[in-house]
Amino acid sequence: MLEILSTGGVNCVQDLGRTGYLDVGVGRSGAMDRPALEAANGLLGNDANAAGLEISLFPFRLRFAADAAFALTGADCPASLDGRPLPGWWAKRAKAGDVLKLDLPRDGVRAYLAFAGGIDVPPVLGSRATDLKSGFGGLDGRGLKRGDRLSLCEPAVRICLPDGGIGFDPTELRGGLPPAGGLVRLRILPSAEFALFTAEARQRFFATEWTVTNDANRMGYRLAGPELALSRPLELFSHGIVPGTVQVPPSGQPIIQLAEANTCGGYPKIANVVEADLWKLAQAPVGARLRFEEVSLEAAVTAIARERAALADMKALAALARRDT
Amino acid sequence: MTSKNDNPQISTEGAGALLLDAAEATFSAAVQERVWAVAAAMRSLEGVQQTVPGMNNLMVVFDPLAAAPETMRQALASCWRQTVPGATGGREFEIPVRYGGMEGEDLEVLARHADLTVQEVVALHTGASYSVAAVGAMPGFVYLSGLDPRLAMPRRAVPRMRVGIGSVIIGGSQAGIMPVTAPSGWHIIGRTDVVLFDAFREPPAAFRPGDHIRFRAEQVP
Repeated sequence: MLEILSTGGVNCVQDLGRTGYLDVGVGRSGAMDRPALEAANGLLGNDANAAGLEISLFPFRLRFAADAAFALTGADCPASLDGRPLPGWWAKRAKAGDVLKLDLPRDGVRAYLAFAGGIDVPPVLGSRATDLKSGFGGLDGRGLKRGDRLSLCEPAVRICLPDGGIGFDPTELRGGLPPAGGLVRLRILPSAEFALFTAEARQRFFATEWTVTNDANRMGYRLAGPELALSRPLELFSHGIVPGTVQVPPSGQPIIQLAEANTCGGYPKIANVVEADLWKLAQAPVGARLRFEEVSLEAAVTAIARERAALADMKALAALARRDT
Repeated sequence: MTSKNDNPQISTEGAGALLLDAAEATFSAAVQERVWAVAAAMRSLEGVQQTVPGMNNLMVVFDPLAAAPETMRQALASCWRQTVPGATGGREFEIPVRYGGMEGEDLEVLARHADLTVQEVVALHTGASYSVAAVGAMPGFVYLSGLDPRLAMPRRAVPRMRVGIGSVIIGGSQAGIMPVTAPSGWHIIGRTDVVLFDAFREPPAAFRPGDHIRFRAEQVP
């Protein structure tokens, strides 16, 4: 059992998201930075889809009501367990009464906490993810608040962490070190209406350092930059969209759809951020500068395969570092 | 000359989704029947995770590590050519509506726009048979085709921030029903108590693509 001592309302229970209900209007939801949550679960030997916490409002504090193993990944935030500093990308045992505290990240936006066994909230439509927009899943369909109590599922295997815990270097998973200067490079594939934008708009799309505006949440990010114009006005029928779809509404300023994307939209689509780069957006704060670069379909698939492989390696190493019974 | 619905555009939405667009200038019921049939056929393919019928278009979501995108594109193109729309298995529903007044505050505006009486608008709205072309945008929202063209009206320039659950609405040439309270620029002509979406029910959405809906006037001003 966990007791939430301090939190903001957008911190929420997430797993890898809902599948199978796009055609009734229910989006994926789930962790914005899915590899980070999966890595946190991997450190603990959990199922990849076990529910954890997505923390993007700080400071965040919780108290362990009973002994439990947990892992912290994602944003680089100062963290402590019972007053002792805790490194990132780390799994450790907490004792009953210990307080876990996360402070404002030095880098990144969203921290992830996984717990051995995973958070025990009832699955809704096959997932424990909170759909904040629609108000179901997770803990009663809402974000966390002070005083909330969360139960944990019984772990399938009894894991045994060494006293100091175990950690993991995320450099390989993250595709190398973060670039100097803070510019976030996003690989894209052109989407259906790419060619219907003016040559100038297409040139601007790649040449601009786009800024993440205040209008940035789990549904999507609005970007600021030069206007992207279509060659001629376009009326589209409603069609399916996914996390990563970059739409250009009449304002000419792009919107990137993210975890809680609507399932259908009607705006022209200039591009899709490749699946393996969506975590970079999850960790890009308001004011961050983004740059788009086109890659081949093969490169986009390879990037997914590389991420899968890095997670598989990491899970295998974590299993060796633990002494599970 | 081949039309777009014989030779639809297929584009990517990332590595793991394809969008087939067979839409021409106006919505086609025949194309939509093909969309439903192709969606059903694609779901049985290795690697396909979800299909999302839109309005005369179809998105297919798949695992690009299980099925290469180019293979999936070819499979989708050939499925579109070969699939013969059959019986859609659509169900028939009747939805009781209280028209006008407080629950349909745009009914009179829409009647004036259409140069009809309120009673004539209700007669045309209840007289038509609608098809659930697609479900999406928000949980359980139905895009209905089959609206009498005389009732078409452009969406409001400024959307309302709150359109109540159960609102029976018209936007452009489409009809719809609000499954939840949410912002919308569509015109509200009435209200129903039918529950369109309940996450704790299986299936969660009351209607699925291919279903047929008629509205029945429970109350007319």
